[in-house]
Amino acid sequence: MKTKKKGRLRDDSRWAWAMLLPNIVGFIMFMVVPVVATFVLSFTKYDMLTPPKFVGVQNYIDMATDPIVWQVTGNTLLYTLLTVPVGMCISLLLAVMLDQKIAFRRFYRAAFFLPAITSMVVVAIVWQWIYNPDYGILNYFLSIFGIKGPKWLLDTRTSLVSLAIVGIWKSAGYNMLIFLSGLQGISTTYYEAAELDGAGKWAQFRYITVPMLKPTTFFIFVMSMIGSFQVFDQVMLMTKGGPGRSSSVLVHYLYQNAFQYFKLGYACAIAYLLFFIIMAITLFNMRMEKNMREIY
Amino acid sequence: MSMKTKKLLIKIVAHVVLLIGAFTMLVPFIWMLSSSFKSLGEVFVFPPTLFGEKIIWENYTKISSRFDYFAYFLNSVKVSAWVVVFQVFTSATAGFVFAKLNFKGRDKVFLLYLATMMIPFHVTVITNYLQMSKYGLVNTLWSLMLPASVSAFGTFLMRQFFITLPNELVDAAKIDGCNPFTIFIRIALPMAKSTIATLSIFCFMGVWNDYFTPLIYINDSRKYTLPLGLASMKGMYSTDWPVLMSASVIAVLPVLIAFLLAQDAFVKGVMMSGLKE
Repeated sequence: MKTKKKGRLRDDSRWAWAMLLPNIVGFIMFMVVPVVATFVLSFTKYDMLTPPKFVGVQNYIDMATDPIVWQVTGNTLLYTLLTVPVGMCISLLLAVMLDQKIAFRRFYRAAFFLPAITSMVVVAIVWQWIYNPDYGILNYFLSIFGIKGPKWLLDTRTSLVSLAIVGIWKSAGYNMLIFLSGLQGISTTYYEAAELDGAGKWAQFRYITVPMLKPTTFFIFVMSMIGSFQVFDQVMLMTKGGPGRSSSVLVHYLYQNAFQYFKLGYACAIAYLLFFIIMAITLFNMRMEKNMREIY
Repeated sequence: MSMKTKKLLIKIVAHVVLLIGAFTMLVPFIWMLSSSFKSLGEVFVFPPTLFGEKIIWENYTKISSRFDYFAYFLNSVKVSAWVVVFQVFTSATAGFVFAKLNFKGRDKVFLLYLATMMIPFHVTVITNYLQMSKYGLVNTLWSLMLPASVSAFGTFLMRQFFITLPNELVDAAKIDGCNPFTIFIRIALPMAKSTIATLSIFCFMGVWNDYFTPLIYINDSRKYTLPLGLASMKGMYSTDWPVLMSASVIAVLPVLIAFLLAQDAFVKGVMMSGLKE
């Protein structure tokens, strides 16, 4: 009798699977199956009209020799290099400034966060206007200082940088908030002890804040990298990848192949290239973090 | 320099940095708002002015005469409401199961959920599109609602909360003869209110602002959601800035109101997303 009761307490499999059912059905249908199907399709030629034709690794060979793939991968990488380090520095700076008893704290926090909750479509409309070379406020602002602003989105040399600025502007508040939660997790006793020892604010920042904040920094770094490799919305909305292909990125090329050129097999191969890059970044970072932990 | 002046100096520097930051973040919004009340001629005035000669409300009334803006708005409301309700429900149920019930294979299945969180959305979108088109659901709001009804991240978030509840609570209820579902509905769910609020607002913002998914699935302009409608408006009337700006203001308002009302739940959500480890 006793064992029976214990057994009932321990094993809930029938109820568990019944309760999981809606979630698991959706998860398998919209996640597991598509991930596998995309992989299978990446070995075929498929245009949605005729049935998919198996072509082996041809799509991957095409990809390696497709100059556009190299260009959009390069652009994506450049976008990442432009946004992640600068964006993280700005977010950290704002978080450190906000992590003290200061007036209007809630106002600042809300102001920084506003871009993060705004639809990219709205952001694109407003920024396209800000960037307008003839009557936008950005070039007006620069002209006050006697600088003649570039053509921003309309110039092959500045289009990607312009998109990166929008990306930084939009996500700074979000990352600031995560930094802030990391900062609030650092016990004030460290700072009090340092103050007694006569350490200045910079020394406190360098020797307490930075090392203690490492897990948060690492998290934001990985998430920002992953996010910037998937950049699409502002590209599609503000430049459509142009002028030329100067601001086209991986997901944009994937979108074009799948839904404009109807080369779905090829698009699936690009999707897996993206997946592979993101996985490599994540695993590499995890390895790095582990090594760093061993050093310290 | 005395300690006091030094502290004051630091405060001033902080305020200067924060003000520059807030200014940069807010200027585009201020400009959006001010232009939405200007006449077409005034927005092209150089150097730009903050206020036009008089407030032109017609920009707002013009929107509905040119576009089915109300329909877009309604579609967005429908999709968001469905997704929030179902995603929160499926996430909470599964989160509870993974946290508090014992069954074979639990940890393996949960690990699979975790692993998929790393997979980019774009890896699934093509075959999901094909699937939807096979069921004849492309160009319907179902294509936006069904796939978003389940979320690995939501499941993870809810599990992280339920795992903090003591096991004794569940065991005691079991001994009293409650089945796991009753325990979930009567005991666990009411305790999860704040996490549910967090997930709801997160989910709402994501769906309300989503541009990519409707771009893929929806061609019929009557089925447009607000972001897609706004984007198509931008393509057609790229020079009528005042009307575009007033349409943007309307698109931002619901999210802004939700954010201001639930700022703390939202901030908590972002902070929780930073605690994934």
